[in-house]
Amino acid sequence: MADIDLNARFHESGIGAVLAQLDAELVGLKPVKRRIREIAALLLVDKLRRDVGLTAQPPTLHMSFTGNPGTGKTTVAARMADILHRLGYIRSNHLVSVTRDDLVGQYIGHTAPKTKEILKKAMGGVLFIDEAYYLYRPENERDYGQESIEILLQVMESRRDDLVVILAGYADRMNRFFTSNPGFRSRIAHHIDFPDYEPAELLAIAELMLQDQNYRFSPPARDAFVRYLDARMQQPHFSNARSVRNALDRARLRQAVRLFDARDQPLTPEALMTLEPGEILASRVFTVAAGAAP
Amino acid sequence: MRITQGTFSFLPDLTDDQITRQIAYCQRNGWAVNIEFTDDPHPRNTYWEMWGQPMFDFKDPAAVLYELKECRKVHKDRSYIRVSAFDATAGWESVRLSFIADRPLEEPGFALQRQEGDGRSIRYTTRAYATDKPAGDRY
Repeated sequence: MADIDLNARFHESGIGAVLAQLDAELVGLKPVKRRIREIAALLLVDKLRRDVGLTAQPPTLHMSFTGNPGTGKTTVAARMADILHRLGYIRSNHLVSVTRDDLVGQYIGHTAPKTKEILKKAMGGVLFIDEAYYLYRPENERDYGQESIEILLQVMESRRDDLVVILAGYADRMNRFFTSNPGFRSRIAHHIDFPDYEPAELLAIAELMLQDQNYRFSPPARDAFVRYLDARMQQPHFSNARSVRNALDRARLRQAVRLFDARDQPLTPEALMTLEPGEILASRVFTVAAGAAP
Repeated sequence: MRITQGTFSFLPDLTDDQITRQIAYCQRNGWAVNIEFTDDPHPRNTYWEMWGQPMFDFKDPAAVLYELKECRKVHKDRSYIRVSAFDATAGWESVRLSFIADRPLEEPGFALQRQEGDGRSIRYTTRAYATDKPAGDRY
């Protein structure tokens, strides 16, 4: 049997580009990237094996993403369709993003057609169920969510090569969901946990977000933002990248007001782009932090 | 008598694999795929019953094929089933492709009827043997 040039196959598959892009555009998320790398490797090796006539079942790629708010679950899921399509696992590059409302009906007999319709829409691509634990409501035994779960399970099992299902939600609630639906846990091959971000990663995320919107920190503003993150992370309801985005949105508001108030002075394009420390330090987070400190 | 109509009417019936690829072609062009059935084979019977709704937002042939199989569970060997693709683009707004996907096991064909008119003129018409029986019992 002829030798197989894995290196050449790796290059022509374009996997390298997919992984590099993932690295460049998503900060942190080590375990997530590692798992995507593993999946990519498996799919490539699988293709090679098929080429030489070694048959195997296509791998199951249903996934569950768990993690705290703002850790990038939805962002990665949106990417997943693109990644799996480029790896040649799914036929079309489309993601159908749904929540409980889209799957569960309002009256008897409404749920099954509704769930099936969504599943058919997602075929060939990725079905992303955000906050999947809402599907199961143990406190109401007549809840139609269970019916939807049964159809989902059946399709996940029988039409594995037609669609990939990704569930996402907060870790503790997803765990409770899986405990009460053991069939779900075993049908999902990849349970990926999204870790919280480190302060340095959050800063990098902030700079990426600003760059995308053609803003940037002045050096003192950058220092102020580091202090802001320190203070904000101590406070309740910190939701990682989402909190960063909200903080930046508010800083943009304050910058606009500052420029507006100084409208009799000449304005440079530089000034339109730059966030100054004043915009960060005006945040309520600092007064709360100072008040809490003895 | 084997009824033919629509695209590929000169070819043998398409296999599921070929149907899948035709559907993929339609979806690539952004056409809505429909499944229709009838048990009245008359060529002027253009409005067939629809199976479900037009599938505007399905991106993958697997979903349409699923519906086709559901339709076959009810109508296989008892009706004609056809797949058609509707182009909603302004200016077209019509069916761009349609083919018969399933047909009854036996197709008895048509009788030619003559009607004597004034003088020696004769009017011709065809009548499907199948329509002698009531709808639902034809095949």
